Amino acid sequence: MQSWFKKLGSIARESAGRAALFAKFLCLLHVTNTYIFSPTLVYGPSMLPTLNLTGDVVLSEYISHRLGKVGTGDVVLIQSPENPRKVITKRIMGMEGESVVYLVDPSRSYRSRTVVVPKGHVWIQGDNIYASNDSRNYGPIPYGLIQGKVWCRVWPLNGFGTL
Amino acid sequence: MVSPRFLWNVCKSSFTFGLVGLTISDRIASVVHVRGFSMSPTFNPHIINSMESFSDDHVLVEKCCLADYKFSHGDVVVFSSPSNYKEKNLKRIIAMSGDWINRPHSYDMVKIPEGHCWVEGDNPTNSMDSRSFGPIPLGLIRGRVTHIVWPPQRIGKIDRKLPQGGLVF
Repeated sequence: MQSWFKKLGSIARESAGRAALFAKFLCLLHVTNTYIFSPTLVYGPSMLPTLNLTGDVVLSEYISHRLGKVGTGDVVLIQSPENPRKVITKRIMGMEGESVVYLVDPSRSYRSRTVVVPKGHVWIQGDNIYASNDSRNYGPIPYGLIQGKVWCRVWPLNGFGTL
Repeated sequence: MVSPRFLWNVCKSSFTFGLVGLTISDRIASVVHVRGFSMSPTFNPHIINSMESFSDDHVLVEKCCLADYKFSHGDVVVFSSPSNYKEKNLKRIIAMSGDWINRPHSYDMVKIPEGHCWVEGDNPTNSMDSRSFGPIPLGLIRGRVTHIVWPPQRIGKIDRKLPQGGLVF
């Protein structure tokens, strides 16, 4: 009887050790995914010449936007201002204080408008200006909504490389 | 003389501790130091003229609500300021998307756009909030304040409440 209890105790200790190891692994995964890099599946028509319609897997890094090193021309992941549960991929066209010229309705006219991006905001636009819901609709967005910077494409393999 | 094995163990355990702490503060809860008097009756009720006061309120911020971004009127939230992403502000949600609200110093009503909310401090005379920068996207919210944890005589729960005066329609 005594030995049986001893055995049970050792099994419990071992499983607790395994669980702790697993929890540590999950923590490491979380930290890597939020602070260093992670793969992301992006799809949709709004970035069309750069990213495919049917879906690309890209590696995005989460360091440079925390250091404020994101600039005009970078492709970034942004929490959509209209729906916080959605993450969208767009290109930064202007940082704070810069003036941006954009076509109001590119499919119909060449009428353009100039705006100055306010403090702490960025102007984002999709590469496919005909089918993109971006700053032209909802104006400049706060820098705090930027989640990460798209770094390179991983899949499909023939398009492998930095963006 | 410290053995390299001991040093290695210290490094390893502090690294693990950091990982676990970071995960908990990102996913579950963290403690935030409240500065300033913009939420005055609720936090920091007594005005003290020292800069870095030890008796400032420290509050518990829970992060589980960030999984689905469901907030309600009267919640106190932490969000990063729309004009400077490094700055965190602490205000109360007054109106959610779809509500109509009076802009201050004018008589026109504003509809809060989809995915946005209107935040205000409890101290209307001394607060930088939606009255100056407009509605903010819900994506800027970094957590919901649930309890005061420091100083000890003020430990308690934060209630959901709306200011008197009927700003919300």
